[in-house]
Amino acid sequence: MKTAFVTGGSRGIGKAIAIELGNNFHVVVGYSNSEDKANDVAKDIISSGGSASTVRVDISNSESVDEAFTSIEKDYTSVDVLINNAGVTKDNILPRMKKDEWLEVIQTNLTGSFYTSQRAIKPMMKNKWGRIIFISSVVGISGNQGQANYAASKAGLIGLAKSISKEMGSRNITSNVVAPGYIETDMTSFLDDQNKENIIEQLSIKRIGKPEDISNVVSFLCNEESEYITGQVIPVDGGLST
Amino acid sequence: METNEVFEKVKGLFVEDLGIEESKVTMDAKLEEDLEIDSLGIVEVVMAFEDEFEIEIDDEELADVTTVGQAVNLLHSKI
Repeated sequence: MKTAFVTGGSRGIGKAIAIELGNNFHVVVGYSNSEDKANDVAKDIISSGGSASTVRVDISNSESVDEAFTSIEKDYTSVDVLINNAGVTKDNILPRMKKDEWLEVIQTNLTGSFYTSQRAIKPMMKNKWGRIIFISSVVGISGNQGQANYAASKAGLIGLAKSISKEMGSRNITSNVVAPGYIETDMTSFLDDQNKENIIEQLSIKRIGKPEDISNVVSFLCNEESEYITGQVIPVDGGLST
Repeated sequence: METNEVFEKVKGLFVEDLGIEESKVTMDAKLEEDLEIDSLGIVEVVMAFEDEFEIEIDDEELADVTTVGQAVNLLHSKI
C-alpha cells in the first residue's frame, strides 16, 4: 500500500483529505500542536478499515521536516503522496502589516511546502512515481483585502507546483494545485451570517463549500487515473473565481 | 579507498538506481551519450553518491564531469 502524508491533517480541509485518502493509502496525519485531534483522525481512518499513523512536524523548520520524513520512511518505506496542506494566516491590511506577520506566513505556507516537497522528491525520483498536491487558495489567484501575505504565499505555491511538474514529469511525478474557495472550517469560522450571505451571493453554487468538496478532488489527483494531469491549478470554489 | 573500489561502488549505483546494464558502465563511458542518462539522472546519481559516501558535491565541480571515469576521480578526491 502506498503512503500519503498530509500536513496539517488534524483539522479542517486536511482532516477531510486524510480521511478520504484512508480509503486507498496508508495515511500519515501530520500535526504541529493538535496531537489529540491528529490521533482522533487516525483512529477514524483505522475504524473505517484503513491504515493510519501520526507524526509531529513543524513545516517551517527544515530539520523538523527531515525528522518527520525519516520516521515515516523507517516505518513505511517512503512517502508516495505528499499533500501540502498546512498553513497559517496573520491577516492585516498592508499599511499595518508587521514584517513578522509577512515573514511568518511566507515561511510556513511557502517555504514550509518547499521543505516538504524537496524532502519528498528524492525517494519519489528513485521510485519513479509520486504525487504532490498543494492546497492553495482562491485568494492566491484573485488576492484578498487584509491577506497580502497569505495571498502571496498561496500564489507562490502555484509557481512551485508548476516548476516541480516540469522538472519531474519524466519520473512520473505529478504536481498539482487545488485552490479552495470559502470552505466551512476553523479558518473561516470568524465569518458571521451576514458575511456568509454576502459570499454566497458571489457564488454560482449557492452554498459555502465543505471540506469534502476539496478532499474528493485531491483524492482523484492522487489516483492512477489522473496521471496525465500535472502542473494545473484546480479551483474548487463554487464558481467564485470564474 | 582505492580508485577501483570507488568505481565498483559507482557502478553499483548506476546499475541499481538507474537500471543501466552493468557491462556498459566502464571508466570511459560517457554519461549522456553512452549511458543515456538525462540531466535529471545525473542529479539522481550525484544525490546517491552524496548519501553513499557522506560527502557534498558542489554544482560547479559537476560541470566538468561527462564520463564515469571523471565522476570516479572526483569522488576519489573527496573521500
